[in-house]
Amino acid sequence: MSEVIKKSLVNDELVDAFRKNNAVIFEQTPDFINKLRSKYFNEFEALGLPTKKNEAYKYTDIESAFFGAYKRQYSPQPLTIDIREVFTCDVPELENHLMLVNGWFYDKENKLKLLPNGAIIGSLIEATKQFPELVEKHYGKYITEQNDSLSMLNMSFAQDGLFVYVPKGVIIEKPIQLINLIVATEELMIQPHNLIIAEEDSSVSVVICDHSLNPHAFLLNSTTEVMAGKNSKLEICRQQNAHDHSVQLTNTFILQKESSFVNSVYITLHGGTVRNNLYVKLSEPHAHNKSYGLWLADKNQHIDNNTFIHHAAPNCESNQLYKGILDNASTGVFSGRILVDRLAQKTIAFQSNKNLLMTNDAKTRSKPQLEIYADDVKCSHGSATGQLDEDAMFYLRQRGISKKEACHLLMLAFADDVINKISIAPLRDEITGLVEKRLRGELSRCNRCKVNCG
Amino acid sequence: MENEQDKIISEVTDNEYKYGFFTEIESDTIAKGLSEEVVKIISSRKNEPEFMLEWRLKAFEYWKKMKMPNWAHLTIPEIDYQDIIYYSAPKQNAELASIDEIDPELKATFDRLGIPLDEQKKLSGVAVDAVMDSASIKTTFKENLADLGIIFCSMSEAVREHPDLIKKYLGSVVPYTDNFFATLNCAVFSDGSFVYIPKGVRCPMELSTYFRINAENTGQFERTLIIADEGSYVSYLEGCTAPKRDKNQLHAAVVELVALKNAEIKYSTVQNWYPGDKNGKGGIYNFVTKRGICKEDNAKISWTQVETGSAVTWKYPSCILKGDNTSAEFYSVAVTNNYQQADTGTKMMHIGKNTKSRIVSKGISAGQSQNSYRGLVKVLKNAENARNFSQCDSLLLGNNCGAHTFPYIEVDNKEAIVEHEATTSRIGEDQIFYCNQRGISTEDAIGLIVNGYAREVLNQLPMEFAVEAQKLLQISLEGSVG
Repeated sequence: MSEVIKKSLVNDELVDAFRKNNAVIFEQTPDFINKLRSKYFNEFEALGLPTKKNEAYKYTDIESAFFGAYKRQYSPQPLTIDIREVFTCDVPELENHLMLVNGWFYDKENKLKLLPNGAIIGSLIEATKQFPELVEKHYGKYITEQNDSLSMLNMSFAQDGLFVYVPKGVIIEKPIQLINLIVATEELMIQPHNLIIAEEDSSVSVVICDHSLNPHAFLLNSTTEVMAGKNSKLEICRQQNAHDHSVQLTNTFILQKESSFVNSVYITLHGGTVRNNLYVKLSEPHAHNKSYGLWLADKNQHIDNNTFIHHAAPNCESNQLYKGILDNASTGVFSGRILVDRLAQKTIAFQSNKNLLMTNDAKTRSKPQLEIYADDVKCSHGSATGQLDEDAMFYLRQRGISKKEACHLLMLAFADDVINKISIAPLRDEITGLVEKRLRGELSRCNRCKVNCG
Repeated sequence: MENEQDKIISEVTDNEYKYGFFTEIESDTIAKGLSEEVVKIISSRKNEPEFMLEWRLKAFEYWKKMKMPNWAHLTIPEIDYQDIIYYSAPKQNAELASIDEIDPELKATFDRLGIPLDEQKKLSGVAVDAVMDSASIKTTFKENLADLGIIFCSMSEAVREHPDLIKKYLGSVVPYTDNFFATLNCAVFSDGSFVYIPKGVRCPMELSTYFRINAENTGQFERTLIIADEGSYVSYLEGCTAPKRDKNQLHAAVVELVALKNAEIKYSTVQNWYPGDKNGKGGIYNFVTKRGICKEDNAKISWTQVETGSAVTWKYPSCILKGDNTSAEFYSVAVTNNYQQADTGTKMMHIGKNTKSRIVSKGISAGQSQNSYRGLVKVLKNAENARNFSQCDSLLLGNNCGAHTFPYIEVDNKEAIVEHEATTSRIGEDQIFYCNQRGISTEDAIGLIVNGYAREVLNQLPMEFAVEAQKLLQISLEGSVG
């Protein structure tokens, strides 16, 4: 079978699956979501999956990632095991985590928590039932400007996901943790949709961890919409820790209002094919965005981080730092675009990408881009690819540290620039530990976790 | 202060293109349109050998299947390739024995452009090949150079007289299948310069080509090939202008450089095609493919360009670092004003071991213009110890223009060190204030700062050209450069 036919089959399969199962898919969600679903499905059908000819996907073969006999669950399926028994998260402050199992909110829990301060946290489907107007006001509102077929595909199939609503003036001290768990006994394609709304003067941190309980291949195509209201403060951390047969695609859309501050940190510890799309729109003056990413790849893993920071209003600031360590025959891709509109005077935008290559089979592709239409701006980007600093190495060796250990220390220091941008201290410590293990080539499993992720 | 700066910037926008005159001259022009017949006519007018015609026809066949690229950050209206005259040459007697035989009108034209066709009036020893529309008019100092074994002549002459070198090297760096404009050039190229520097010879003078588009509705397709044999050195300059016209004209050139073992080629361009008027009407579409290859060990290629003209520029002088220990440089100043658009940059392909490349690009945008840097640095798997440094700065004058940077970095070798830096800013109020405090007017201050900003690149130009380039910068940003 030729490649072309195979590829068009992937698109046809997705389109057919949608048509065949649309009664079940539509049943789970209210009309306003289904209306959008139909709209995005039509767009996806016309556009298809991105090919390598698509400039934004030049270095990542998304179509091949969709090969495979992925099953989909169009309604929640019963589980044979008690998840809470086998899965624990040992980050001290995050003991009350929420769980999405195979893309569905874990059914033994209280699906939607209503906190005394008015905050709503829980299942998106449940929220559409209890607070239809609130969800309708925000659902799908922040992804419209991007013509990206992965998010269109997600909008066509998405059903459940995380819903967080923080009302005006409310500060949620404890981070909200969502665990995206995949426990199927077969190959699964899951497409959750998360919606995080922080109203004026509010503050919240959300931690999303992607985990798998067994070594079955899976494809995760997740979309997260974030609205940061005036003066709000948000932190979003995502930890991606799966296995070599996983395909993890994330699309994150962040809309920032006046004087809002958003800190986002993506740590890719382990994944087969990973593509993270981050779209940030600074829509009102004085909004401030910080985005960070770290990826550790070995074997044949392929990790692609793509950012697009849109400065649409004056006096905004953005700062990006993306770092990758690549071993064996892995590939690391970074593509970052900063767009400054004509109106966005006094913009400050910085972007930096650094890559460490450990072997001659590893590859890096870097594409930092500036597109600037306003004159009173300070914008810069930098990209550097190289190996560990010889002088630093010599210094350590002089002090009797073995080559392996010195190499390890320097890699950890390299990674730490990104890790220390996580403001949640216990999570930071946990991730430092996981990165350390990962760099040593051990399975980076949390200490108390009984799960065999690898 | 703000207003004053705006005023200066608007003065900049109002400056005139001084090379915009047209020479009334009798010319040999073929009918509009492009077909196999036209390719044959061009080849026969040039008295070309059979192998050239075959090559042209192959290219033309291939071109018919190609589509114009649209990936650049440019807005180009549809170009009707049948509405262009592909051959137009000033009529003159076939063989010229001396300078006196050149049509006085032609000579006057080049005198007006400040190009010395007259060897008596030589300007610090620059040998010139003057090309108007589709034909080379005159190559100076040919005999002196021939004494050293250097071949410096028009492309049509080289095709006839040095077919072996042409067969061996033409299309070896930019093959006829390369890209839309290069393929078109292969099919219809009319003239250009050919340079061959023999083993161990250091070319004693700057070689230069001056391109002039004169006739209306014509496209100019010139082709330049420079070969530097083992251990030789050559510095080559290129300049260009065109008359003012309301209609856009097409210019699609190809330049190929071949540097053999220990050879060095320095290629400098001052591109000043007519940029269109201040409302964006007219101007040259400049779609150029330039590529050099450091074919053998220790070769070096350096590109320097000052881009001030053309309505649309699509140009990426590149280097293939094939030999070990080879090095390449790319220095560029691109100035866009009014409605000009430029998408320019370079490609550095590191293939050999211990290769080095350096990219310095300075963009200056004013008026309503769009100025982009687009570049690729690629280090192949076996290119050990490759080193690249890129710096791409953009300066914005006024708030209606755009400055963009699109670098691509692909590294497949762990020993490579590849660095890229880019900044975008405008002239700081504090910098101007500092100058004002010291009694320097705002206008002079902007001039100083722009000049200082571009200096790193201008310094790379040969003496004679550096003066011209600095003047050009002054004209392009008149009122702001002191």
